[in-house]
Amino acid sequence: MKALRVSVWRGGAEGRFEDFEVPRRGSQTVLDAVTYIQRHLDPTLSYRFACRVGMCGSCAMTVNGKPRWTCRTHVDKVATGGRLQVAPLANLPVVKDLVADMREFFDKWARSRGQFRPTATRNDEFAKVRPDSPARREADAGVECIGCGVCYAACDVVKWNRDYLGPAALNRAWTLVNDERDGAKRERLHAVAGDAGCHACHTMMSCTEHCPKKLSPTRSIAGLKRATLALALGGEP
Amino acid sequence: MSTRAGARLWVAQRATAAVLAFCVLVHLATMVFAVRGGLTAHEILERTHGNYAWCAFYSLFVFAAGIHGAIGLRTVASEWLGFRGKAADAAMAAIALAIVFLGLRAVAAVVL
Repeated sequence: MKALRVSVWRGGAEGRFEDFEVPRRGSQTVLDAVTYIQRHLDPTLSYRFACRVGMCGSCAMTVNGKPRWTCRTHVDKVATGGRLQVAPLANLPVVKDLVADMREFFDKWARSRGQFRPTATRNDEFAKVRPDSPARREADAGVECIGCGVCYAACDVVKWNRDYLGPAALNRAWTLVNDERDGAKRERLHAVAGDAGCHACHTMMSCTEHCPKKLSPTRSIAGLKRATLALALGGEP
Repeated sequence: MSTRAGARLWVAQRATAAVLAFCVLVHLATMVFAVRGGLTAHEILERTHGNYAWCAFYSLFVFAAGIHGAIGLRTVASEWLGFRGKAADAAMAAIALAIVFLGLRAVAAVVL
């Protein structure tokens, strides 16, 4: 099998691509290729990963221009002409090489009130949430987010408006708006409304197109738009 | 921006888009129908003069275009030029008023 030519971003915000040759293997993932470089060719290469099975959301990078989870992206599917270009996630500051600074991404989860606020204590009965209730289904549709940042890197509104909370934070807010045990719904809807929140979304669906978990943050954001309108009209969220 | 203001701008943009979709279709269909046998300024004015249904339709069109265009421009100014805040809002309100004024003047000119 012909060797794979991998161009890897080196440096911080200022830097350059460095080329490596990596042996091809069956079922090889992009993360496998990056790991080979770090273990066999250049131990100073910095990158992030943890679970390697698409659960932790830490290995997202820009692969041939598109944000992807590298542990579940097969080289066969993305290497055009036996070449790969691997860069850190877009729309985030670069720490070094393939490592992006995720602070603003997660700070925005906090700003959009992404924390669950319980309404019961440990002495109360378990909440009985019907699995087929409309709210539970809405929450289910968005709850599997792994926080990888792929949607944030794919979003043009994030690029144009640095205050925009982004698809993942808004998706998280929508799952909590639909959590009947949560006690911060009004406060959360106020936090996600306006020019930095759900109303800034242009419904371009880049987040939905790129989400490795096949979630639709666009749908969640549309839900937030309706819910904030209901709040503005005087109804309860 | 308050929740209420954000939601109002959003719903105004959506509602005016729906009105515009309807108005543009009627406008195009009317044009195609009207020019079948050639068209002169005299012919147009003959049809529109004193036609208050035409006046109501195009007044609605003008208001929808003024509101929809200004809200869209506000977003473009924010994202592409970084022009935001109260000054940007005031500029966009002025643009909306200008479009509505110019449009209504044109409607009045062919109806009255």
